[in-house]
Amino acid sequence: MTSTLTISALTKRFGEVAALTGVSLSVAPGERVALLGHNGAGKSTLMKIILGLIPATSGEVTICDAAPGSPAARRAVAYLPENAAFHPALTGLEQIRHYLALRGEEQGQAMRLLEMVGLGKAARRRIGTYSKGMRQRVGLAQALIGNPRLLVLDEPTSGLDPVSRREFYVLLDNLAAQGASILLSSHALTEVEARTDRIVILSQGRLVAEGSLPDLRRRADLPVMLHVTARNGYGADIARLLPGAILVDGALHLTCRQSAKLETLGTIAGLGEKITDLEVLPPSLEDLYAHFSQAAAQ
Amino acid sequence: MIRILSTARTEFRIALRNRWVAIALVLMAVFSLVLSLAGSAPTGGLGVDRLSVTVASLTSLSVYLIPLLALLMSFDAIAGETERGTLSLLLAYPIARWEILVGKLIAHLSILALAVVLGHGLAAAVAIWSDETSLAGLPSLVRLSWSSILLGATFLGAGYALSSLSRRPSGAAGLAIGLWLGLVVLYDLALLSAIVADNGGWFSTEAFPIALLANPADAFRLFNLTASGATAAASGVGGAADAIPLWQSLASVLLWPIAALALAAAAFRKVTP
Ligand SMILES: Nc1ncnc2c1ncn2[C@@H]1O[C@H](COP(=O)(O)OP(=O)(O)OP(=O)(O)O)[C@@H](O)[C@H]1O
Ligand SMILES: [Mg+2]
Repeated sequence: MTSTLTISALTKRFGEVAALTGVSLSVAPGERVALLGHNGAGKSTLMKIILGLIPATSGEVTICDAAPGSPAARRAVAYLPENAAFHPALTGLEQIRHYLALRGEEQGQAMRLLEMVGLGKAARRRIGTYSKGMRQRVGLAQALIGNPRLLVLDEPTSGLDPVSRREFYVLLDNLAAQGASILLSSHALTEVEARTDRIVILSQGRLVAEGSLPDLRRRADLPVMLHVTARNGYGADIARLLPGAILVDGALHLTCRQSAKLETLGTIAGLGEKITDLEVLPPSLEDLYAHFSQAAAQ
Repeated sequence: MIRILSTARTEFRIALRNRWVAIALVLMAVFSLVLSLAGSAPTGGLGVDRLSVTVASLTSLSVYLIPLLALLMSFDAIAGETERGTLSLLLAYPIARWEILVGKLIAHLSILALAVVLGHGLAAAVAIWSDETSLAGLPSLVRLSWSSILLGATFLGAGYALSSLSRRPSGAAGLAIGLWLGLVVLYDLALLSAIVADNGGWFSTEAFPIALLANPADAFRLFNLTASGATAAASGVGGAADAIPLWQSLASVLLWPIAALALAAAAFRKVTP
């Protein structure tokens, strides 16, 4: 067994709506994969099929050599649905103890799990009194139960503040280091950029791009931005040497193709004393995302 | 087993905090006390002990109250989880759907049983304390107790089925009230008017007994009244059903919970989160 999750040629239709079309994907142990795509792209649908909650129209899914929804697969997978609202009458501790029991785990771990997601102090309060982010953390805590082989997390950081997000990704890093595979969806591209090994972009139910961030950058071949700060008085000189550069607030902004990057950098370095600073801005994940989803739409 | 018990414990806790436990206990206790005190008025000396009189009026009350309590506790069971989004999570856990239903059933049924035992216990205490011959009525009270719990199981099953079918708590509540009105109130009215119109014809002799047995609430009333030989004292539908043998109403009382729970399981199996 090489991969924890294998999806091949998965298609899902809801009547007329094609939610997923021919999606193939595999996730290796210890790998963190981010699923990106605009609203309605099919991210949640894909996750539900992986969990066996809804049947696929065609195609195949295997989780640790088991079929989705089979007892073996359910034991191996942890899930965090989008917008899960736990019963307001229960306390966080009671809710987590219940989920521990359902997985056949020791209920005494509940407090430790809640502390891991920063709910130690609120553990004995009713979930009805929790803030939005606190409720989301109850969901995270239950997803950590029992060393899952695969975590399927649907927008896990929605509602979390920036510090909590970072802590959450540290938790995920630790799980991944122990060999757990992670498939998460998100609309917060910047955090995904730094914290996942691989990015999968869905657009209208089709997988339009897949790879590590450098991979995607190379494939998209989007222009690189260069910001050159000229020493006083040399601005006009340099602008003549660098065709296409425009002067913005005393700095020269220019773009060049990925393939011409080194050559352009060489030219700039040759200017020596005439410049004081140089910044290279590679295309952001936002740019890549826009590029791939637009290319697919055409 | 751990999974079922944990589900039951969690559901019981939720019912406790939602005051369903308190509501069920208080309602049953108050109604039982009122009926048993009212039964202490001179009954005309028919040679019937006080407890038997109380059991007859408790039977009429339970036909309304037990289904209502059961439906109120169960209509949210599946639809509520669907709406909160926790059903998809629950179904991703290594727990079978029937285990979820059984866990919820254990919690809800034990609340009903608690309420029934408390109410009937109070009624018995009042009756026996004021009239020692009431001990003779104990067997019929015990019969009323277990058949009430079975009636509760039937309507819990019906409530889970409606909850699975409607997917939204508000829709499920509407269906539950509709079912209660239909089976407990309108059904008897319809039967009575059919009998009056039929005037002793085919309907009254052939269809009517079957119609009574087909309704779990009517079968429950019939069973308790027939068993305690009180059909003559009962009003309306019960009185018209002298001819139905005890084993038939007993079979209906025993089979309905199984049928309703099977229906609930079938409906729940079709739910996609
Ligand atoms: N039960 C359903 N019945 C009909 N159509 C559905 C159903 N569930 C999802 N869809 C459709 O499938 C498509 C994909 O939905 P999905 O929830 O997977 O999107 P998503 O990528 O998770 O979006 P978001 O970012 O908004 O969460 C949408 O067009 C949606 O309308
Ligand atoms: Mg979604």
